[in-house]
Amino acid sequence: MIKRITSNVQLTVGLMIMAMFVLVTFVGPIIFPYDPNPVVTEIYLPNSLAHPFGTDWMGRDVFRQMIGGAGSVFQIAFYAAVITVLVGSTLGILSGYAGGKIDKIIMAVTNIFLSVPAFPVYLVLASIMTLESPLAIAVVVSAWSWAGLCRAIRVQVLSLKERDFIQICKVMRMGTGHIIFKELMPNILSYIIINFVIAMRSAILASVGIMLVGLASYDPTNWGAIVSAARGRGLINPMNVRILLYPLTAIVIFQVAALLVVNGLDELLNPRLKVM
Amino acid sequence: MGNSETFEEKTPFAKLLRVVQAFFVKHHYILSKIAMSIVTMLLTMVMIFFLLRMIPGDPVYQYAIGIQQQRRITFEEAYKVAVQMLHYDPNENILRAFLRYFSGLIQGDLGHSIIETNVSANSLIRTRLPWTLFLSSCALFISFFVGITVGGYVAQHRKGLANKAASVYIALSGSIPDYLMALLLVINLAYKYKLFPAQYNYDAFSVTPGFNLPFIRDVLWHGCLPILAYSLVNTGNWIMQMRGSCIGVLGEDYILAAKARGLSSRTIRSRYMKKNALLPLVTSLGMAFGGLFGGAVLMESIFNYPGLGLEISGRILSKDYMVVQGLIFFSGFMVILVNLLVEMIYPWIDPRVRRE
Repeated sequence: MIKRITSNVQLTVGLMIMAMFVLVTFVGPIIFPYDPNPVVTEIYLPNSLAHPFGTDWMGRDVFRQMIGGAGSVFQIAFYAAVITVLVGSTLGILSGYAGGKIDKIIMAVTNIFLSVPAFPVYLVLASIMTLESPLAIAVVVSAWSWAGLCRAIRVQVLSLKERDFIQICKVMRMGTGHIIFKELMPNILSYIIINFVIAMRSAILASVGIMLVGLASYDPTNWGAIVSAARGRGLINPMNVRILLYPLTAIVIFQVAALLVVNGLDELLNPRLKVM
Repeated sequence: MGNSETFEEKTPFAKLLRVVQAFFVKHHYILSKIAMSIVTMLLTMVMIFFLLRMIPGDPVYQYAIGIQQQRRITFEEAYKVAVQMLHYDPNENILRAFLRYFSGLIQGDLGHSIIETNVSANSLIRTRLPWTLFLSSCALFISFFVGITVGGYVAQHRKGLANKAASVYIALSGSIPDYLMALLLVINLAYKYKLFPAQYNYDAFSVTPGFNLPFIRDVLWHGCLPILAYSLVNTGNWIMQMRGSCIGVLGEDYILAAKARGLSSRTIRSRYMKKNALLPLVTSLGMAFGGLFGGAVLMESIFNYPGLGLEISGRILSKDYMVVQGLIFFSGFMVILVNLLVEMIYPWIDPRVRRE
């Protein structure tokens, strides 16, 4: 398995970058603790060895801020992906496998979620709920995102259900639990894993977007909050622009890495694509 | 057999019944789609209604106090007026409250502002939607046409450098969020090099709105950056879809036949491949167009562009939820409506669907 992973360049590079982000999240704050107190003498310092990314309008180190905020960013992404995948795949399998009335009801509900635009609803939820933990933001961000996944998994289950091996299981009167977990699951697992990474990607974008509007910035070191604060200071000032570019660059690097992982996993786990 | 038919047609009621039945059988596809859309719209209303009930505080109470001070009437009367204006009463039982809310929406009244008088979701849609649609539909069609052109070319030359470049572009544009692209463009092209205006839809000091050349030029001038940001981010997606669709079409026999006849790759591309590859993209284009009616919240707030998206985020920040729910319902409604239209037009574009 490891050999197959390392033979795929996209997947290897993507996983390495993601592993670095994880490392920074866990080890970074121990090596580079962040001091949130303003230092009046060190306002807007340029990049130096002591301050690799310079300092902000209150003399705080941007590099340490970003390391401190990584935890919050990835916690949101992870929780949101877990919720999205759990809700989406459960409802998708239920809808596809059970069929009939259950299928119709679930599809009607997903239709609403797919037609009402997500981002304004995130903003409404973020403004009426007091969001003070990564989990709360993750709940908001995944409230709308499961619908697309649910539909895609339903289609997969619908086509798998008609295949011979499932039909044979039914003829042999195997339990529904066995069919779903032992027969269906292995076949859609690769799809679910890929969508987990995709859900992390969109959760980061959505949470940073919510903070950019000025809502839910409970943690001032979260990258979205840094961007939002720097933007609030005025982009006319090139010093603020510089501060804002670091978190945004980090987000883009993570997005590219996650995309590489998605493409790599797709090649690795779905051999049908190899023909193309 | 023939006798019984003539017998049935003698009674006018049976005749009518048969006509109705024939109508339903003939238009089964469209009618079921319409029914589905209506159900989705009703469910959307229910969901937004519950979202409205989740909101802490009582918007009607606040509004009633405003009316009481304005018109100098008792609070009970003011409350009645407020309930009638907002079509919403949180103190009623849930079913009656929903019916009241539903009747408001059916009358086409999407909700009044509780902060500003004479501002409603309807008036906001009237004034802001044209700006949103101008920006986003320009950007959508630019990125769509660039996307299908590049995608079609790249699909035919899969081993070339162009395909590699396109793949990198697709990956990058899929990873850069649209708001980051907007910020980068504002920072560089507007603030650093001062090539384009950084915000607003037109310069209110130098031009007068109306159908005159300076105004149109100024609007286009201010639209440049947002449209550029939008298009740069979205083109990658269209290239990817078109390339995938084209690769599927290229495996068909008629492409092989065209190649055997010695037609140039340009002729094959424009005459045979593109038409067929575009069919599945029509649905995506329709969905993307339907999504435009909600406005792009972040994009418009970065460019300070007075479209629906900026209005939604501003109203959420000032907690004017009665307007916000109306605007969200409107955008959901438009998505459903445009999707329905696309599904109804599709058999007409692609005759293969009609036959099935």
